[in-house]
Amino acid sequence: MFLDEVRVIELPCSTTGVFRDERETGRRSFLGLLAGVGAAAVAAVISLPFLRYMVYPLHEEASRGQWFDLGPLDQFASTAGPTRKLVNIQRLDGWQQTVSQQAVYVTHDAEGSLSVLSSVCPHLGCSVAWKPETAQFVCPCHGGCFAADGARVSGPPPTGMSVLPAKAEGARLMVSYSPVAGRSKVA
Amino acid sequence: MTSFTKPDGTLSSLGRWLEQRTGVLSFFRSVIDESIPGGPRWAYVFGSGLLFLVATQFITGVALALYYVPSTNSAHTTVAYITKQVWSGSFIRSVHSYGSQMIVVVLFLHLAQTFLFGAFKGRREILWLSGVCLFLLMLGMAFTGYLLPWDQRAYFATAVGTNVMGEVPVVGVFLKRLLRGGDEMGTLTLSRFYVLHIIVIPFGIAAFIALHLFLFRKAGPAGPPEPVPRLSARPFYPRQFAMDAGFAGILMLILIALAHFAPVPLGPEVDRSSAAYIPRPEWYFLPLFQWLKYWAGSRAIIGIVVIPTIVFALFALVPFVDRGSERRPRRRLLSTSLFACVIGSLCLLGFLSRRDDRSDRNVSGQLAWQNEEERNYMRQPFEPTFTDVLASAKEPPSPLLLAGQGIFHTSQCVFCHGEGGVGTKAAPRLAGLASKLSVEQLSALIRHPNPKMKAGGMPAFAGSDEDLHTLIAYLQSLQ
Ligand code: FES
Repeated sequence: MFLDEVRVIELPCSTTGVFRDERETGRRSFLGLLAGVGAAAVAAVISLPFLRYMVYPLHEEASRGQWFDLGPLDQFASTAGPTRKLVNIQRLDGWQQTVSQQAVYVTHDAEGSLSVLSSVCPHLGCSVAWKPETAQFVCPCHGGCFAADGARVSGPPPTGMSVLPAKAEGARLMVSYSPVAGRSKVA
Repeated sequence: MTSFTKPDGTLSSLGRWLEQRTGVLSFFRSVIDESIPGGPRWAYVFGSGLLFLVATQFITGVALALYYVPSTNSAHTTVAYITKQVWSGSFIRSVHSYGSQMIVVVLFLHLAQTFLFGAFKGRREILWLSGVCLFLLMLGMAFTGYLLPWDQRAYFATAVGTNVMGEVPVVGVFLKRLLRGGDEMGTLTLSRFYVLHIIVIPFGIAAFIALHLFLFRKAGPAGPPEPVPRLSARPFYPRQFAMDAGFAGILMLILIALAHFAPVPLGPEVDRSSAAYIPRPEWYFLPLFQWLKYWAGSRAIIGIVVIPTIVFALFALVPFVDRGSERRPRRRLLSTSLFACVIGSLCLLGFLSRRDDRSDRNVSGQLAWQNEEERNYMRQPFEPTFTDVLASAKEPPSPLLLAGQGIFHTSQCVFCHGEGGVGTKAAPRLAGLASKLSVEQLSALIRHPNPKMKAGGMPAFAGSDEDLHTLIAYLQSLQ
């Protein structure tokens, strides 16, 4: 459909019989500008509380470094392979305090000292399982493989499994669990 | 528009491209050049003011839905979280709450203007009726939204409101149960009200606003009630537009000021056992509330159904009743005085309701106390709910408890007290009860049941002391 430009502009006025001179047109575009600027300013001011409202959960601390007791140290003395342990993680999930379980593996690193591995795969976050038959950790998602000390063997994961901060307290092994894990070892 | 038009007023290539494909520019033109007979007036700002308020409710409503959970377990907690914890949460909730009240006010002004100016005349019957539907839908929004915070005020006001519905003959009880999702108000009531509030009624409102605006564009602005010369007509833009924008700005300023300086409180969570609580609806439902007080017993049907139906029917069918071409309010004395009567009685009823509450010492004392309770609750910090560690961690029971469970079975306790001590017809529940008694009390009762227990068929426990203690440990672990 072809639309005549001039008709588009003039049509409403000619039908309503409203008189419009040049001064009026100038004032109209000025008012339009004013309305636009005003609306933009108001929108900016109003959106501030909305932005704050929406980003609030990002600010809340997900979990503070909690230390979990994994049991007596001598329990892990055997070198038969990594031991699976569950830690109950308490965290503030929005308006509720929740407890969820995370699996960690207590294992021995190359020098033979104890280290605690997170079971979260460093590739895309699936849960890695220990396979005694092959003596390897295997990720079920994309087949990433890790050695008993968590070092990367094959598959898509970019690095080895995360080593969680751990320490010996008395004769017990303690681990600090946080979703974003760094690397450290039991002294 | 500047990027769509050239300085000389013709369309730019971008404008032409868009216009040929959508027609949006000529539509926009025809909207802003809409001719208003008699020129712009402040009296015409209420419709666009309502549109502005509805948009505000929509935006703040979406924001509230971001954190709100409609269940009896979470509703109150999540509203408390929004109000006390989330940044600007109290502000946004207050804007939503005050906005709903402001809609009632502006809706009334819009209606009064249309009625008094006789602006419903001249083939505008359907336009008026679509407005009546919008009026009902808005009241529906106010009613359903009021319950959602699930505090004392919300719960009891809605309990009364739905009970009133139950008084309607024939269908009333069914409607009430349908709305509540059963005989009692509970978690099903909340989800029903929530779905009505955020999905069903908003879709209805959107549809009827579209219809209302479409019909308004078709009929055109009615102009003032008195005849005006044809040449006095002026376009909507810029002066009427400036007035509309100014009014929206004023509404916004009031909303912001109210929400900032007088944030809407949240009361303590529903305590259904509190017999002393006196429910009071939002102020705009007070006249209706007072009205219902006068119609007790068998005459209730007249007060609750017959009279409101007649008044409402008159209101809805105004364009079919007041049919003359005369629009000036002073020349439509019957209409105008009827309108004044209804408004007067509503104000009077509202005033009487307030006076009744104030003059009765007990009531005013209780109402003041309820407000104090709300303030107290608002002063307390937010408490997150706690999900039970043992329940979600699913730790296997200890050997001691397993042994206790074995004794519970071999000593045949399970036959009467049920699996896990949940209780059966033959014997009471033990789970949760045993943990309240001491080991000594329990061992005495199990070794030597009291007469009442004996009468129920409870034998004395004959096992060793060690087994008894294992059994007691198991009983006390039951929840
Ligand atoms: S997530 Fe483990 S290999 Fe991809």
